Amino acid sequence: MQETISFTPFLSVSPIAEILWLIPAVPMIAAGVGALLKQPKRKAAAALAIGSMSFSLLLSLVAFVHVVAAWAHGAAVRETVNFSWIQVGTQFGGGQVDLGWVLDPLAAVMLVMVSFVGLLIFIYSVGYMAHDENFTRFFCFLSLFAGAMLGVVISNSLLLLFMCWEIVGLTSYLLIGFWYQKPAAAAAAKKAFLTTRIGDVFFLLGIVWLFAGTGTLLFYNHGAGSMEAQALTGLLAQHAALGLTATGAIALLIFAGAAGKSGQFPLHVWLPDAMEGPTPVSALIHAATMVAAGVYLVARVYPLMAAGAHLTHGGMLLSGTTTALTVVTWVGAFTAVFAALIAVAQNDIKRILAYSTVSQLGYMMAGLGMGGVAVGMFHLITHAFFKSLLFMGAGSVMHGCHDEQDVRKMGGLKSVMPFTFLTYAVGMLALCGFPLLFSGFWSKDGILEAAQHWSVAKTPFYMLVFGALLTAFYMTRQVSYVFFGRWRGHKTAHESPAVMVVPLGILAFFAIALGLIGTPAWPWFHAFLDDRAVSFDIHGFMEPGLVRLMATSAAVVFLGLGLGWMLYGSRSPQAEEPDALEKSAPMLWGWLRDRLYVDELYGVTVIAFYAWWARVADWLDRRVWGGAVAGVAWGFGLWAKLNRFLDMNWVDGSFDKSCEELGVGGGLLARIETGRVQTYLRILALAVVALVAILIWSSRA
Amino acid sequence: MTPLAGYLLVAALVFSIGLAGALTRRNAILVLIGIELMLNAANLNLIAFWRYGPHPELLTGMIFAIFSIAVAAAEAAVGLGLVISIHRHAHTTDLDATNRMKG
Repeated sequence: MQETISFTPFLSVSPIAEILWLIPAVPMIAAGVGALLKQPKRKAAAALAIGSMSFSLLLSLVAFVHVVAAWAHGAAVRETVNFSWIQVGTQFGGGQVDLGWVLDPLAAVMLVMVSFVGLLIFIYSVGYMAHDENFTRFFCFLSLFAGAMLGVVISNSLLLLFMCWEIVGLTSYLLIGFWYQKPAAAAAAKKAFLTTRIGDVFFLLGIVWLFAGTGTLLFYNHGAGSMEAQALTGLLAQHAALGLTATGAIALLIFAGAAGKSGQFPLHVWLPDAMEGPTPVSALIHAATMVAAGVYLVARVYPLMAAGAHLTHGGMLLSGTTTALTVVTWVGAFTAVFAALIAVAQNDIKRILAYSTVSQLGYMMAGLGMGGVAVGMFHLITHAFFKSLLFMGAGSVMHGCHDEQDVRKMGGLKSVMPFTFLTYAVGMLALCGFPLLFSGFWSKDGILEAAQHWSVAKTPFYMLVFGALLTAFYMTRQVSYVFFGRWRGHKTAHESPAVMVVPLGILAFFAIALGLIGTPAWPWFHAFLDDRAVSFDIHGFMEPGLVRLMATSAAVVFLGLGLGWMLYGSRSPQAEEPDALEKSAPMLWGWLRDRLYVDELYGVTVIAFYAWWARVADWLDRRVWGGAVAGVAWGFGLWAKLNRFLDMNWVDGSFDKSCEELGVGGGLLARIETGRVQTYLRILALAVVALVAILIWSSRA
Repeated sequence: MTPLAGYLLVAALVFSIGLAGALTRRNAILVLIGIELMLNAANLNLIAFWRYGPHPELLTGMIFAIFSIAVAAAEAAVGLGLVISIHRHAHTTDLDATNRMKG
């Protein structure tokens, strides 16, 4: 367990932090402009999206360099720019809701990752979507998505984060359902939107509770933010139900939101279905950014998650962890194994990767829960690179195989698509955690190391090791099916254009190189996030048990690779032939192929209940409320008829009569209006004479 | 007979002459002259009541009369303007011929 991170606050804000808001704003504005472009303006749309993303990347790099430079001089950066948004009433009397953005190592790392991977995916999309008629719409959505995601990253307020979070949810709906003509895509989009919405309801509850408890939603505000000691101490003193403190309850609610976005069990069901979207979308949303948003959220509210970890609670020392972190760990570890098991028996090239993503997200969550921010975030960053590499490689394969997605109908592509094969192999080995050379090994090793030292239980460690074995196995199976053996498809395959494979090469480079900044000998990344000094020290490997752990993990990876190669790689199975595992354990295989029946379980429980409830509501509407409304309407009709009768026979009669009398009187009076001035004057004179006569008559008495 | 009654009698006489002229003449200009006579009769009354009233040292009646004369002058100007425009429009100043302004 690491110590609570202490940062030296910078009271004056640097220029780059002042303009940090431009990073999400520019892609969003580009999306707005792109929405106005007509369909044939393809080049303009792509240029707009890529240009805005390049601008964001540039600014992100400046921010990153700024943070790194300050850290190297020993002053960790946490610069915030806050502003008041609205005034509301709270239990403290009048309160205000502040929004703002923050620049710290965590945000800087994510900014660079999101904008860099995003830019590569944008460029790749130009090739992948070249034949799509809704090219401009696609880039409009992509820009909006990237803008919202960058907004999530820089938010210094849980509310602003939630707003961007929801825009991310909206654009993921739009992008997954981009080919809405396909019923499966439309259904997947709806499923993704609704499933994440379940998590978001809890998330919103957590936000409201946090605001009620602390009176602020800012993360950092020079000591007055909700993630800083003062507010957390206040929250720790409050007790919620079930022996939880308020911090624990709020942290669990927020984690529910994160679980929805990051596809943790039991809310993972939307992620594999979301593969119906275009492949760049899968790479962007389901590898690098949106699913990482949940992990990032947990890292962002980590002080809340870990609050009270070093306090005694009820006379018992909680030994460096909290309920919230324990839950995060267990959910993460379970998801990691669960999804890896299902991935073994999938045949759709993208679905395998989707379940692999769910599994790796479980690793990240477990890493956060057991090892702290840096461990989880390092795996997030390395995973973002190699998983978007794998997704884009899969896209390249599908592009080359004329939109075939079934791995059993591919094969032998290593000679047809050499460049794609090479980069894909790099991504696959990084994902498996091939020892020493690849980034995935170091980030996964960090998580395993943290799991080994976890004080609560050893089970997560064994689960994660088993998950690593499965990961190596299913990736070998996939690669064997796709790239080795002989071609089992119909038409001949071809290599993809340069605009698609060059981003693959760049990502492959990073899938290897990123490992360098997180090895035990030079843990630059961890030190950067935790604000420690770092130096190269080969004795980092000399920690007790570390070499043994690395050896274990390497052995597990080799075992997985070997098993996979033995079953699938060493020979070329027929397309129609049952899977090698299916022959030995048909029942288990059936379960895994059918995704352990989670969807079916939801179908007979939640969805069945929902359908039943909808029928009840329908019946209530038709019979009860409909009847009541009809009754009221009938009553009003009756009342209206009565009114009409009274009007016609009573009110109208008298009114008409008086109007008639007025008309007759007017006709009579009109006779004296001759138009001759002298007649009028004469009447006037007579009236004066009459008046004088009356005056004289009355004064006489 | 007090001097005031004499003035009032003269004023009443002038007013009656003016009214008779205004009611009986067909020519619009002569009607206007009748109206001027009536106005001047009223002015005569104002002066007389002031002169023989309780406060002859104040200039109230005089000022009232001067205002009235000024207003009468304006009225004459407007009236003559109307007569001219009626003449242009209808080529007559006979009031019996201009009877179209009725409801």
